[in-house]
Amino acid sequence: MKVNGKDIPLGEKQSLLDFLQSNNYDIRVIAVELNGKVIPKSEYKDVLLKDEDKLEIVSFVGGG
Amino acid sequence: MRLTVNGRQGDFDCQTAFQIRDLVGDKNDLVILNGYQIEEDYPLAENDVVTIIPKGVLPQKEELESMMMARHTPYVHEKLKKGKVAIAGLGGLGSNIAVMLARIGVGQLLLVDFDIVEPSNLNRQSYYLSHLGMPKTIALKQQIAQINPFIRVETVTTKVTEDNVPELFSGYDIICEAFDKAKEKAMLVNTVLEKLPGIKIVAASGMAGYESSNLIQTRRAMKNLYICGDLENGAKVGRGLMAPRVQICAGHQANMVLRLLLGIEEV
Repeated sequence: MKVNGKDIPLGEKQSLLDFLQSNNYDIRVIAVELNGKVIPKSEYKDVLLKDEDKLEIVSFVGGG
Repeated sequence: MRLTVNGRQGDFDCQTAFQIRDLVGDKNDLVILNGYQIEEDYPLAENDVVTIIPKGVLPQKEELESMMMARHTPYVHEKLKKGKVAIAGLGGLGSNIAVMLARIGVGQLLLVDFDIVEPSNLNRQSYYLSHLGMPKTIALKQQIAQINPFIRVETVTTKVTEDNVPELFSGYDIICEAFDKAKEKAMLVNTVLEKLPGIKIVAASGMAGYESSNLIQTRRAMKNLYICGDLENGAKVGRGLMAPRVQICAGHQANMVLRLLLGIEEV
């Protein structure tokens, strides 16, 4: 799987939510695009990741 | 030859820029040719844009706009005047973005913020002591009226939520995300990408402190999402927000908006 342009071995079958949590992403401050399509937060738990997937994860920090 | 002089098209016999100056003004006037203020005479070509500005004289309103935009690259102004840009959050990023977009003549701006101006804002935000206690929307609208009276400014003094995003922002070409809190930034970006698929969003992440200016970049993270900032340096206990990096980041956002309004999607 490609995550933010880098190849990452996917390992066992997992949902997008599992992947984000096991990689320490704070769900409240991110936006996720899977294969060019934005994934609503409510669907993170239902999306199953595949080896050929391209994932873009944007994480926000505070300040403005 | 066909020229645009002080905003009006017409046929002129003149061959050089200074001949135009002598025709419509006098030799002490500023001469701006195709966006550049010239000190020496310059030959004219078909469709050149010449602006002659007398010093210290307040021009008529119809001439003022073309004079204000005389330093733009030619024919940029017409495109920007049609632009409709919304700014969500009027703090260090949003207030400075709004002022820049007003200076370049973006035709319609929507300013959204729920808050009032307070003393801790003045270290980086575009407000004055005279604005303390005033809603930021109103304080900023007043400034814009003094900078560029040709901008149509809409204001909404409210807190942006998932529920009111579609109603607030539909119909705009571009939204600038200019909130302070990371959760609010993510909320706006997610909601716009999901519910307003035709609109581009120019967001910001990472501009606190006084790390190198050069860490701040513009990236295209998704088809409709641009992010400006260093992506790392959030505001936190021990790392404040200060005018220089916040304004650099606001400049990145404003320039990306400018590029998008001119039809350029690359960062």
